[in-house]
Amino acid sequence: MMDIDTFTRNLESEFEEVETGRLTPLTNYRDIPEFNSMYALIIIAFIDSEFDVLLTGEELRKTNTVKDLYELVRNKLQEKE
Amino acid sequence: MAIFEIEKVEITGIACCVPENTIRTVDFPFSSEQDCRAFINGTGVEETRYAPEEVCASDLCYEAAERLIKDLNIDKEQIKIVVFVSQSPDYFLPATAIILQDRLGISKSCMAFDIGLGCSGYVYGLSVISGLLRNIPSGHALLLCGDKSTFSTHPKDKSTRPLFGDAGSATILTKREEASPMHFNLQSDGSGFESIIIRGGGTRNPYSLFSTEDREIEKDIWRNELSLEMDGVEVFNFSLREVKKNIFHLLDSLHVDKEEVDFFVMHQANKFLNETIRKKMGVGIDKVPYSIGRFGNTSSASIPLTLVTELAEKLQSEQLNLLLCGFGVGYSWGSVYLHTSNVKVYPLIELK
Repeated sequence: MMDIDTFTRNLESEFEEVETGRLTPLTNYRDIPEFNSMYALIIIAFIDSEFDVLLTGEELRKTNTVKDLYELVRNKLQEKE
Repeated sequence: MAIFEIEKVEITGIACCVPENTIRTVDFPFSSEQDCRAFINGTGVEETRYAPEEVCASDLCYEAAERLIKDLNIDKEQIKIVVFVSQSPDYFLPATAIILQDRLGISKSCMAFDIGLGCSGYVYGLSVISGLLRNIPSGHALLLCGDKSTFSTHPKDKSTRPLFGDAGSATILTKREEASPMHFNLQSDGSGFESIIIRGGGTRNPYSLFSTEDREIEKDIWRNELSLEMDGVEVFNFSLREVKKNIFHLLDSLHVDKEEVDFFVMHQANKFLNETIRKKMGVGIDKVPYSIGRFGNTSSASIPLTLVTELAEKLQSEQLNLLLCGFGVGYSWGSVYLHTSNVKVYPLIELK
Protein backbone atom coordinates (compact mmCIF):
# COMPACT_ATOMS: atom_id res chain seq x y z
CA MET A 1 0.00 0.00 0.00
CA MET A 2 1.14 3.55 -0.74
CA ASP A 3 2.49 5.62 2.17
CA ILE A 4 0.24 8.02 4.05
CA ASP A 5 1.64 11.16 2.39
CA THR A 6 0.93 9.83 -1.09
CA PHE A 7 -2.53 8.77 0.07
CA THR A 8 -3.17 12.28 1.40
CA ARG A 9 -1.97 13.97 -1.80
CA ASN A 10 -3.97 11.64 -4.04
CA LEU A 11 -7.11 12.11 -1.99
CA GLU A 12 -6.60 15.87 -2.02
CA SER A 13 -6.42 15.89 -5.81
CA GLU A 14 -9.90 14.32 -5.90
CA PHE A 15 -11.33 17.32 -4.01
CA GLU A 16 -11.51 19.84 -6.82
CA GLU A 17 -12.26 22.87 -4.67
CA VAL A 18 -9.48 22.20 -2.15
CA GLU A 19 -6.14 23.95 -2.78
CA THR A 20 -2.97 21.82 -2.96
CA GLY A 21 -1.24 21.38 0.38
CA ARG A 22 -4.34 22.05 2.50
CA LEU A 23 -4.84 18.41 3.44
CA THR A 24 -2.49 16.69 5.91
CA PRO A 25 -2.83 13.26 7.51
CA LEU A 26 -4.15 14.89 10.67
CA THR A 27 -6.69 17.11 8.92
CA ASN A 28 -10.25 16.43 10.00
CA TYR A 29 -11.66 16.28 6.50
CA ARG A 30 -15.13 17.18 7.78
CA ASP A 31 -13.74 20.56 8.87
CA ILE A 32 -12.69 21.57 5.36
CA PRO A 33 -14.82 24.67 4.64
CA GLU A 34 -15.79 23.30 1.22
CA PHE A 35 -16.90 19.96 2.72
CA ASN A 36 -20.32 18.86 1.54
CA SER A 37 -22.24 15.62 1.16
CA MET A 38 -20.56 14.91 -2.19
CA TYR A 39 -17.23 14.51 -0.39
CA ALA A 40 -18.35 11.26 1.22
CA LEU A 41 -19.08 9.87 -2.25
CA ILE A 42 -15.75 11.16 -3.59
CA ILE A 43 -13.90 9.43 -0.74
CA ILE A 44 -15.73 6.14 -1.29
CA ALA A 45 -15.12 6.26 -5.06
CA PHE A 46 -11.42 7.13 -4.59
CA ILE A 47 -10.80 4.28 -2.14
CA ASP A 48 -12.75 1.84 -4.31
CA SER A 49 -10.78 2.68 -7.45
CA GLU A 50 -7.35 2.87 -5.79
CA PHE A 51 -7.59 -0.11 -3.44
CA ASP A 52 -10.64 -2.09 -4.52
CA VAL A 53 -12.01 -1.54 -1.01
CA LEU A 54 -15.64 -0.49 -0.71
CA LEU A 55 -16.45 1.49 2.46
CA THR A 56 -19.94 1.43 3.94
CA GLY A 57 -21.63 4.54 5.26
CA GLU A 58 -21.16 3.30 8.80
CA GLU A 59 -17.42 2.74 8.36
CA LEU A 60 -17.04 6.18 6.87
CA ARG A 61 -19.03 7.83 9.69
CA LYS A 62 -16.47 6.54 12.22
CA THR A 63 -13.60 8.37 10.52
CA ASN A 64 -12.64 12.00 10.95
CA THR A 65 -9.07 12.51 9.83
CA VAL A 66 -7.27 11.46 6.68
CA LYS A 67 -5.18 9.17 8.90
CA ASP A 68 -8.36 7.43 10.13
CA LEU A 69 -9.26 6.75 6.51
CA TYR A 70 -5.78 5.50 5.68
CA GLU A 71 -5.77 3.10 8.61
CA LEU A 72 -9.26 1.87 7.85
CA VAL A 73 -8.20 1.01 4.31
CA ARG A 74 -5.00 -0.65 5.54
CA ASN A 75 -6.95 -2.79 7.99
CA LYS A 76 -9.48 -3.77 5.35
CA LEU A 77 -6.70 -4.71 2.94
CA GLN A 78 -5.08 -6.88 5.64
CA GLU A 79 -8.43 -8.60 6.31
CA LYS A 80 -8.63 -9.42 2.62
CA GLU A 81 -5.26 -11.22 2.58
CA MET B 1 -28.89 -14.78 -10.11
CA ALA B 2 -32.02 -14.64 -12.22
CA ILE B 3 -30.49 -14.78 -15.70
CA PHE B 4 -32.84 -15.71 -18.52
CA GLU B 5 -33.83 -14.93 -22.08
CA ILE B 6 -37.13 -14.03 -23.69
CA GLU B 7 -37.66 -14.69 -27.37
CA LYS B 8 -40.11 -13.51 -30.00
CA VAL B 9 -40.75 -10.05 -28.58
CA GLU B 10 -39.27 -6.76 -29.71
CA ILE B 11 -39.48 -3.06 -28.92
CA THR B 12 -41.45 -1.30 -31.67
CA GLY B 13 -41.72 2.25 -30.37
CA ILE B 14 -40.91 4.55 -27.47
CA ALA B 15 -42.32 7.93 -26.39
CA CYS B 16 -41.76 10.12 -23.34
CA CYS B 17 -43.64 13.01 -21.82
CA VAL B 18 -42.36 15.56 -19.30
CA PRO B 19 -44.12 18.56 -17.75
CA GLU B 20 -43.30 21.84 -19.47
CA ASN B 21 -42.64 23.49 -16.09
CA THR B 22 -38.83 23.69 -15.86
CA ILE B 23 -37.07 24.31 -12.55
CA ARG B 24 -33.43 25.42 -12.65
CA THR B 25 -31.19 24.01 -9.95
CA VAL B 26 -29.58 27.44 -9.41
CA ASP B 27 -32.99 28.72 -8.29
CA PHE B 28 -33.23 26.21 -5.43
CA PRO B 29 -32.61 27.95 -2.07
CA PHE B 30 -29.25 26.37 -1.24
CA SER B 31 -27.56 27.91 1.81
CA SER B 32 -24.68 29.17 -0.32
CA GLU B 33 -23.64 29.57 -3.92
CA GLN B 34 -20.81 27.16 -3.24
CA ASP B 35 -23.28 24.55 -2.00
CA CYS B 36 -25.28 24.98 -5.18
CA ARG B 37 -22.20 24.67 -7.38
CA ALA B 38 -21.09 21.52 -5.56
CA PHE B 39 -24.56 20.00 -6.04
CA ILE B 40 -24.62 20.72 -9.77
CA ASN B 41 -21.02 19.55 -10.27
CA GLY B 42 -21.68 16.35 -8.37
CA THR B 43 -25.15 15.30 -9.48
CA GLY B 44 -24.95 16.85 -12.95
CA VAL B 45 -28.51 18.16 -12.60
CA GLU B 46 -28.87 21.61 -14.19
CA GLU B 47 -32.66 21.56 -14.35
CA THR B 48 -35.65 19.29 -13.76
CA ARG B 49 -39.35 19.20 -14.64
CA TYR B 50 -42.04 19.57 -11.97
CA ALA B 51 -45.56 18.44 -12.76
CA PRO B 52 -48.31 20.81 -11.62
CA GLU B 53 -50.57 19.67 -8.79
CA GLU B 54 -53.30 18.24 -11.03
CA VAL B 55 -50.93 16.18 -13.21
CA CYS B 56 -50.07 12.63 -12.13
CA ALA B 57 -47.42 10.22 -13.44
CA SER B 58 -50.26 8.39 -15.19
CA ASP B 59 -51.17 11.55 -17.13
CA LEU B 60 -47.62 11.85 -18.44
CA CYS B 61 -47.66 8.17 -19.44
CA TYR B 62 -51.11 8.59 -21.02
CA GLU B 63 -49.91 11.42 -23.29
CA ALA B 64 -46.86 9.41 -24.34
CA ALA B 65 -48.96 6.29 -25.01
CA GLU B 66 -51.74 8.02 -26.90
CA ARG B 67 -49.38 9.74 -29.34
CA LEU B 68 -47.17 6.70 -29.81
CA ILE B 69 -50.12 4.40 -30.55
CA LYS B 70 -51.45 6.88 -33.11
CA ASP B 71 -48.08 7.43 -34.69
CA LEU B 72 -47.44 3.70 -35.05
CA ASN B 73 -50.99 3.26 -36.32
CA ILE B 74 -51.57 0.41 -33.90
CA ASP B 75 -54.99 -1.17 -33.65
CA LYS B 76 -55.94 -0.76 -29.99
CA GLU B 77 -57.75 -4.12 -30.16
CA GLN B 78 -54.33 -5.70 -30.61
CA ILE B 79 -52.92 -4.36 -27.32
CA LYS B 80 -53.17 -7.36 -25.00
CA ILE B 81 -51.21 -6.17 -21.97
CA VAL B 82 -50.90 -2.84 -20.14
CA VAL B 83 -48.38 -2.58 -17.32
CA PHE B 84 -47.85 0.62 -15.32
CA VAL B 85 -44.56 0.70 -13.42
CA SER B 86 -44.59 3.43 -10.81
CA GLN B 87 -44.18 4.39 -7.18
CA SER B 88 -46.63 7.27 -7.51
CA PRO B 89 -49.91 5.63 -8.57
CA ASP B 90 -53.16 7.60 -8.84
CA TYR B 91 -54.79 5.78 -5.91
CA PHE B 92 -54.06 3.15 -3.29
CA LEU B 93 -56.57 1.16 -5.28
CA PRO B 94 -57.52 0.30 -7.97
CA ALA B 95 -54.32 -0.21 -9.95
CA THR B 96 -53.58 2.71 -12.28
CA ALA B 97 -52.92 0.44 -15.31
CA ILE B 98 -56.60 -0.55 -15.32
CA ILE B 99 -57.73 3.07 -15.38
CA LEU B 100 -55.31 3.72 -18.23
CA GLN B 101 -56.65 0.74 -20.22
CA ASP B 102 -60.07 2.37 -20.32
CA ARG B 103 -58.81 5.92 -20.77
CA LEU B 104 -56.67 4.88 -23.73
CA GLY B 105 -59.61 3.07 -25.29
CA ILE B 106 -57.87 -0.29 -25.17
CA SER B 107 -60.16 -3.30 -25.40
CA LYS B 108 -61.45 -5.18 -22.34
CA SER B 109 -59.73 -8.36 -23.53
CA CYS B 110 -56.49 -6.96 -22.18
CA MET B 111 -54.68 -7.67 -18.92
CA ALA B 112 -53.65 -4.63 -16.91
CA PHE B 113 -51.77 -4.33 -13.64
CA ASP B 114 -49.20 -2.21 -11.80
CA ILE B 115 -45.66 -2.94 -10.70
CA GLY B 116 -44.34 -0.94 -7.73
CA LEU B 117 -40.72 -0.37 -8.65
CA GLY B 118 -38.61 2.74 -9.19
CA CYS B 119 -35.09 2.98 -10.58
CA SER B 120 -35.00 -0.66 -11.73
CA GLY B 121 -38.56 -0.46 -13.05
CA TYR B 122 -37.97 -0.15 -16.79
CA VAL B 123 -35.82 -3.27 -16.98
CA TYR B 124 -38.16 -5.24 -14.68
CA GLY B 125 -41.17 -3.99 -16.62
CA LEU B 126 -39.63 -5.09 -19.92
CA SER B 127 -39.00 -8.56 -18.53
CA VAL B 128 -42.50 -9.04 -17.10
CA ILE B 129 -44.38 -7.69 -20.09
CA SER B 130 -42.20 -9.52 -22.63
CA GLY B 131 -42.50 -12.78 -20.70
CA LEU B 132 -46.29 -12.51 -20.90
CA LEU B 133 -46.44 -11.31 -24.50
CA ARG B 134 -44.18 -14.15 -25.60
CA ASN B 135 -46.96 -16.61 -24.73
CA ILE B 136 -49.68 -14.74 -26.59
CA PRO B 137 -50.13 -15.74 -30.28
CA SER B 138 -49.90 -12.19 -31.66
CA GLY B 139 -50.34 -8.57 -30.74
CA HIS B 140 -48.76 -5.78 -28.75
CA ALA B 141 -48.06 -4.85 -25.16
CA LEU B 142 -47.88 -1.38 -23.63
CA LEU B 143 -45.30 -0.69 -20.95
CA LEU B 144 -45.84 2.58 -19.07
CA CYS B 145 -43.09 3.68 -16.69
CA GLY B 146 -43.06 6.95 -14.83
CA ASP B 147 -43.12 8.78 -11.56
CA LYS B 148 -44.18 12.07 -10.08
CA SER B 149 -41.27 12.09 -7.64
CA THR B 150 -41.81 15.75 -6.78
CA PHE B 151 -45.01 14.63 -5.03
CA SER B 152 -42.83 13.12 -2.31
CA THR B 153 -39.61 15.12 -2.22
CA HIS B 154 -39.80 17.70 0.58
CA PRO B 155 -39.57 21.27 -0.78
CA LYS B 156 -36.91 22.03 1.84
CA ASP B 157 -34.75 18.92 1.31
CA LYS B 158 -31.65 20.06 -0.57
CA SER B 159 -30.54 16.46 -1.12
CA THR B 160 -33.63 15.16 -2.96
CA ARG B 161 -35.70 18.15 -4.09
CA PRO B 162 -33.35 19.43 -6.81
CA LEU B 163 -32.29 15.88 -7.80
CA PHE B 164 -35.56 14.26 -8.87
CA GLY B 165 -37.78 15.24 -11.79
CA ASP B 166 -41.13 14.06 -13.11
CA ALA B 167 -41.50 12.08 -16.34
CA GLY B 168 -43.63 9.42 -17.97
CA SER B 169 -42.88 6.98 -20.78
CA ALA B 170 -44.62 4.53 -23.08
CA THR B 171 -43.01 1.60 -24.84
CA ILE B 172 -44.79 -0.60 -27.35
CA LEU B 173 -43.63 -4.18 -27.61
CA THR B 174 -44.70 -6.48 -30.39
CA LYS B 175 -44.84 -10.26 -30.75
CA ARG B 176 -42.69 -11.30 -33.68
CA GLU B 177 -41.44 -14.85 -34.29
CA GLU B 178 -38.08 -13.70 -35.70
CA ALA B 179 -37.29 -11.15 -32.98
CA SER B 180 -33.81 -11.44 -31.41
CA PRO B 181 -34.00 -12.67 -27.83
CA MET B 182 -33.64 -10.26 -24.91
CA HIS B 183 -31.36 -11.39 -22.10
CA PHE B 184 -32.04 -10.35 -18.53
CA ASN B 185 -30.20 -10.42 -15.22
CA LEU B 186 -32.51 -9.29 -12.40
CA GLN B 187 -31.58 -9.03 -8.73
CA SER B 188 -32.96 -7.91 -5.36
CA ASP B 189 -31.64 -7.17 -1.88
CA GLY B 190 -34.30 -6.11 0.58
CA SER B 191 -31.75 -5.65 3.37
CA GLY B 192 -31.31 -2.16 1.92
CA PHE B 193 -35.01 -1.25 1.95
CA GLU B 194 -34.50 1.74 4.24
CA SER B 195 -31.91 3.45 2.04
CA ILE B 196 -34.60 4.97 -0.19
CA ILE B 197 -38.00 5.01 1.49
CA ILE B 198 -41.22 6.87 2.18
CA ARG B 199 -41.96 5.66 5.70
CA GLY B 200 -45.45 6.92 6.38
CA GLY B 201 -48.88 6.72 4.84
CA GLY B 202 -48.85 2.98 4.20
CA THR B 203 -50.11 0.21 6.45
CA ARG B 204 -46.81 -0.12 8.39
CA ASN B 205 -46.95 3.50 9.57
CA PRO B 206 -50.50 4.69 8.82
CA TYR B 207 -51.25 8.32 8.09
CA SER B 208 -51.76 10.31 11.29
CA LEU B 209 -51.70 13.88 12.48
CA PHE B 210 -47.93 13.52 12.97
CA SER B 211 -47.28 12.33 9.41
CA THR B 212 -46.86 15.85 8.09
CA GLU B 213 -44.78 17.19 10.99
CA ASP B 214 -41.59 18.63 9.45
CA ARG B 215 -38.23 17.97 11.05
CA GLU B 216 -34.75 19.15 10.07
CA ILE B 217 -32.75 15.88 9.83
CA GLU B 218 -29.51 17.61 8.85
CA LYS B 219 -28.69 21.17 7.88
CA ASP B 220 -31.02 22.12 5.01
CA ILE B 221 -32.60 18.68 4.90
CA TRP B 222 -36.21 18.88 6.07
CA ARG B 223 -38.51 15.88 5.92
CA ASN B 224 -41.72 14.49 7.32
CA GLU B 225 -43.04 10.92 7.37
CA LEU B 226 -44.54 11.27 3.91
CA SER B 227 -41.33 12.59 2.34
CA LEU B 228 -38.92 10.61 0.25
CA GLU B 229 -35.89 9.74 2.39
CA MET B 230 -32.60 8.85 0.78
CA ASP B 231 -29.32 7.77 2.32
CA GLY B 232 -27.01 8.84 -0.49
CA VAL B 233 -23.89 7.20 0.90
CA GLU B 234 -25.55 3.79 1.30
CA VAL B 235 -27.06 3.98 -2.19
CA PHE B 236 -23.65 4.91 -3.58
CA ASN B 237 -22.01 1.98 -1.80
CA PHE B 238 -24.70 -0.42 -3.07
CA SER B 239 -24.37 0.82 -6.65
CA LEU B 240 -20.58 0.50 -6.73
CA ARG B 241 -20.86 -2.97 -5.22
CA GLU B 242 -23.54 -4.42 -7.49
CA VAL B 243 -24.08 -2.64 -10.81
CA LYS B 244 -20.89 -3.52 -12.68
CA LYS B 245 -21.04 -7.09 -11.33
CA ASN B 246 -24.59 -7.52 -12.61
CA ILE B 247 -23.81 -6.18 -16.08
CA PHE B 248 -20.56 -8.06 -16.54
CA HIS B 249 -22.11 -11.29 -15.27
CA LEU B 250 -24.83 -10.99 -17.90
CA LEU B 251 -22.40 -10.14 -20.73
CA ASP B 252 -20.00 -12.92 -19.67
CA SER B 253 -22.80 -15.48 -19.60
CA LEU B 254 -23.63 -14.49 -23.19
CA HIS B 255 -19.96 -14.39 -24.26
CA VAL B 256 -20.51 -10.80 -25.35
CA ASP B 257 -17.53 -8.45 -25.11
CA LYS B 258 -18.32 -4.95 -23.78
CA GLU B 259 -16.93 -3.59 -27.06
CA GLU B 260 -19.84 -5.22 -28.91
CA VAL B 261 -22.33 -3.14 -26.95
CA ASP B 262 -23.19 0.04 -28.85
CA PHE B 263 -24.64 1.88 -25.85
CA PHE B 264 -24.91 1.33 -22.12
CA VAL B 265 -28.10 3.16 -21.20
CA MET B 266 -28.10 3.47 -17.43
CA HIS B 267 -30.66 4.65 -14.93
CA GLN B 268 -29.84 8.33 -14.37
CA ALA B 269 -29.14 8.27 -10.63
CA ASN B 270 -26.56 11.00 -10.16
CA LYS B 271 -23.81 11.95 -12.59
CA PHE B 272 -20.93 11.37 -10.21
CA LEU B 273 -22.27 7.93 -9.30
CA ASN B 274 -22.92 6.98 -12.92
CA GLU B 275 -19.50 8.23 -14.02
CA THR B 276 -17.80 6.26 -11.23
CA ILE B 277 -19.57 3.10 -12.44
CA ARG B 278 -18.69 3.87 -16.07
CA LYS B 279 -15.00 4.26 -15.25
CA LYS B 280 -15.10 1.10 -13.13
CA MET B 281 -16.50 -0.77 -16.13
CA GLY B 282 -13.85 0.69 -18.45
CA VAL B 283 -16.43 1.93 -20.95
CA GLY B 284 -15.89 5.09 -23.04
CA ILE B 285 -18.04 8.16 -22.39
CA ASP B 286 -19.31 8.10 -25.99
CA LYS B 287 -21.11 4.84 -25.21
CA VAL B 288 -22.92 6.09 -22.10
CA PRO B 289 -25.55 8.75 -22.85
CA TYR B 290 -26.94 11.09 -20.17
CA SER B 291 -30.24 12.89 -19.80
CA ILE B 292 -29.80 13.76 -16.11
CA GLY B 293 -28.49 17.27 -16.83
CA ARG B 294 -31.80 18.45 -18.27
CA PHE B 295 -34.29 16.24 -16.43
CA GLY B 296 -32.68 15.06 -13.19
CA ASN B 297 -33.27 11.57 -11.81
CA THR B 298 -36.59 10.51 -13.32
CA SER B 299 -36.96 7.12 -11.60
CA SER B 300 -38.32 4.37 -13.87
CA ALA B 301 -38.64 6.79 -16.81
CA SER B 302 -34.92 7.60 -16.85
CA ILE B 303 -33.90 4.87 -19.31
CA PRO B 304 -36.64 5.48 -21.92
CA LEU B 305 -36.16 9.26 -21.48
CA THR B 306 -32.45 8.87 -22.22
CA LEU B 307 -33.27 6.72 -25.26
CA VAL B 308 -35.73 9.34 -26.57
CA THR B 309 -33.64 12.44 -25.91
CA GLU B 310 -30.16 11.11 -26.65
CA LEU B 311 -30.44 8.19 -29.08
CA ALA B 312 -33.58 8.83 -31.15
CA GLU B 313 -31.81 9.10 -34.50
CA LYS B 314 -29.71 5.98 -34.07
CA LEU B 315 -32.63 3.94 -32.72
CA GLN B 316 -34.73 4.85 -35.75
CA SER B 317 -32.15 4.33 -38.48
CA GLU B 318 -29.75 1.68 -37.19
CA GLN B 319 -29.63 -1.74 -35.60
CA LEU B 320 -28.19 -1.47 -32.12
CA ASN B 321 -26.91 -3.73 -29.37
CA LEU B 322 -28.06 -2.09 -26.16
CA LEU B 323 -27.37 -2.78 -22.54
CA LEU B 324 -30.01 -1.16 -20.33
CA CYS B 325 -29.45 -1.14 -16.58
CA GLY B 326 -31.66 0.10 -13.75
CA PHE B 327 -30.64 0.13 -10.09
CA GLY B 328 -31.77 1.65 -6.81
CA VAL B 329 -34.76 1.70 -4.49
CA GLY B 330 -35.40 -1.73 -2.94
CA TYR B 331 -32.60 -2.47 -3.45
CA SER B 332 -33.71 -3.74 -6.81
CA TRP B 333 -31.51 -3.83 -9.90
CA GLY B 334 -31.18 -5.49 -13.23
CA SER B 335 -29.91 -5.27 -16.75
CA VAL B 336 -31.07 -6.39 -20.15
CA TYR B 337 -29.03 -6.97 -23.28
CA LEU B 338 -31.10 -6.56 -26.41
CA HIS B 339 -30.91 -5.93 -30.11
CA THR B 340 -33.04 -3.14 -31.57
CA SER B 341 -33.93 -2.54 -35.17
CA ASN B 342 -35.62 0.61 -36.50
CA VAL B 343 -37.48 1.52 -33.34
CA LYS B 344 -40.02 4.33 -33.77
CA VAL B 345 -39.07 7.15 -31.40
CA TYR B 346 -41.67 9.85 -30.89
CA PRO B 347 -40.12 13.30 -30.22
CA LEU B 348 -40.19 14.36 -26.57
CA ILE B 349 -43.65 15.56 -25.53
CA GLU B 350 -43.94 18.52 -23.14
CA LEU B 351 -47.21 18.76 -21.23
CA LYS B 352 -48.57 22.16 -20.22
